[in-house]
Amino acid sequence: MSDLTTAEANKNLVQPAGGIPAPGDKSNSTIISSSPYHGLWALTNRELKKWYKNPVILLLSLIQPVLWLGLFGKAMNFGAIFTDGAFSIPGLNIPKEIINQLGTMLMLNVFGTTDYFSFLAVGMLSFIVLFTAMFSGMSIVWDRRLGTLNKVMSTPVARGSIVMSKILSSVIRSLVQASIILVLAVLLGMNISNITAIGVLGTFASLALLSFGFSAIFLMLALRSTNQNTQMAVVNLLNLPLLFGSNALFPASFMPEWLQAFVKINPISYATDIGRQMLLGAGGMGTLAFDFAYLTAFAAAFSIVGIMLSWRLLTK
Amino acid sequence: MFNLTNVVMEMNGEMDANGGRRTIMQIRDLKKVFNGTVVAVDGVTFDVYEGEIFGFLGPNGAGKTTTISMLTTLLRPTSGTATVCGFDILKEPNEVRKRIGVVPQEYTADEDLTGYENIMFCADLYGIPRRISRERADELLRLVELEVAKDRKVETYSGGMRRRLELACGLINHPRVLFLDEPTLGLDVQTRAAVWQYIRKLKEEYGMTLFLTTHYLEEADALCDRIAIIDHGKIVKIGSPKELKDSLGGDVIELGVQESDDDLTPLISSVQHVKEVKRVSPSEYRIKSELGEVTAPMVIDALRSKGYRVNKISLTRPTLDQVYLELTGKSIREENGDRTQAMRQRMIMRRARS
Ligand SMILES: Nc1ncnc2c1ncn2[C@@H]1O[C@H](COP(=O)(O)OP(=O)(O)OP(=O)(O)O)[C@@H](O)[C@H]1O
Ligand SMILES: [Mg+2]
Repeated sequence: MSDLTTAEANKNLVQPAGGIPAPGDKSNSTIISSSPYHGLWALTNRELKKWYKNPVILLLSLIQPVLWLGLFGKAMNFGAIFTDGAFSIPGLNIPKEIINQLGTMLMLNVFGTTDYFSFLAVGMLSFIVLFTAMFSGMSIVWDRRLGTLNKVMSTPVARGSIVMSKILSSVIRSLVQASIILVLAVLLGMNISNITAIGVLGTFASLALLSFGFSAIFLMLALRSTNQNTQMAVVNLLNLPLLFGSNALFPASFMPEWLQAFVKINPISYATDIGRQMLLGAGGMGTLAFDFAYLTAFAAAFSIVGIMLSWRLLTK
Repeated sequence: MFNLTNVVMEMNGEMDANGGRRTIMQIRDLKKVFNGTVVAVDGVTFDVYEGEIFGFLGPNGAGKTTTISMLTTLLRPTSGTATVCGFDILKEPNEVRKRIGVVPQEYTADEDLTGYENIMFCADLYGIPRRISRERADELLRLVELEVAKDRKVETYSGGMRRRLELACGLINHPRVLFLDEPTLGLDVQTRAAVWQYIRKLKEEYGMTLFLTTHYLEEADALCDRIAIIDHGKIVKIGSPKELKDSLGGDVIELGVQESDDDLTPLISSVQHVKEVKRVSPSEYRIKSELGEVTAPMVIDALRSKGYRVNKISLTRPTLDQVYLELTGKSIREENGDRTQAMRQRMIMRRARS
């Protein structure tokens, strides 16, 4: 009993007089003015906690890009195909150095860099961003199905924060995963002769913008959906076209006209282009300034639309 | 533990003419139509008074959850208005949200987080500063006796523990009105009793108003100050459990007398409180009356004084079940099986996720 009294006394000490009321005082304890970021951070943190507390999910999400890197990047090593005697024309005795030089020029012309592995590694950074964004939409479907969304919406948390938190957590996850992919790629032999701190920062900035835009798009698609299968179908329908219709895997210059046109509007191309220019020093599709401007517009437009739609769609 | 004698009320409730009770919620002709055709709530009008436990009873699909969803600002009414704590649910939804707590029909706690993390998450949604929310979380976990399990992931919790966690979450902002949608559904008898005990305790400690739906009529009878019976989106009856039961015409007295040709109906009818007499057979009468326990001896006396002997008597008081049956045409008992089953399925689906 005496313990209790001391605890009570301490409680009173901690609380400033006239400030926030003690637990027993019901008079106006319900009305607490809150900063809009409080709820936003709580929601984002919840998503992140579920992710980092479950390393299996993290590992699983990394397997695919790493496999692609290993299979395509190493097996389809175009650089090796064109150089080191793998490439010879019968009857013509061309000196090896010339073939190698020709090969290098070919590589530079086609891929803008001398090895395909590095070329693909940068593409994989965009790949992981796209895939993480796609599945960020799934979590809101679950939240709706399980009633968590209703619970959150019965609190005074800003409606925009609900969608914003999903976008933010997806961006943070993407960047962490991209960092891991980048480190793995370097360990596996990515060309780092041109790497700079600014280059890395610029690349991640572009990935963040890409993630913002795509997360917003996939969340919007999921906003009214109550069925995770529908959402899965949408994701499956979109992921490969988006990936192959970009310069992430292959350079656009050898694609048919119509596909090139799609590559030009696909934001993945711009993020990848920035990465290649800033990490590999490769020649690009456009100027860095234009690439960044395009991505910023993409991210801003869809985040804003996403938040505006969430206002309308979340209240039935 | 807390000194709760001084209940300071915000000055936005209105004094009610009858009984001087303060109105905390005013619902006026509230209506919800889904997809232009499904009329889920068909213009309900009622008041809820400060500090009472208000029960919402009705068969499946009657519109209970839909009403709660509108009052908790999750659903936009098709027409009509409502105020909660003096704030219009449409014009100032955020003010309403700050003052209410919601314990939904489903379990909504995050399975992957611990009980404590779940409570803190709710606290953060209300923007409660950490130093206060920590204290409140401890206090609430103690109240619902989850202290020991608070650092365990919710996926390891039993149904009863989850319910209690939901309760604690719904209380983190010290709401003035707590909405509970079927708080004891799918729980065993003991756990149900425990949950009710918490709810009573909470009401006493925080002086809250409770708005709840339940399918357990005995509970509604024992706990609610007032009950509204809703069917097909309309309120068919509203009042205290006693008023509802009395509306059935009072207690039923069944009487057996020595067989005779005399019709005793006029004699019995003349006794005070007797409302209706029916001769079931030459020797049996069925009497409806108020205050059955007082009336029965008076009937016996009246018969005896005229030389008739009573050889059998029974007294039945109306139950809320009978009221419910009479008003909705459905027995609530038939439904409970289905509902528990539906709840199970929901739980299975939730498990499949992890
Ligand atoms: N989102 C919705 N879209 C269409 N119809 C709906 C929707 N939500 C509820 N309904 C319909 O509205 C009616 C009332 O549903 P509600 O959930 O309010 O019932 P309830 O009284 O809570 O039932 P229960 O006891 O089963 O929980 C039902 O006929 C239901 O089918
Ligand atoms: Mg319901």
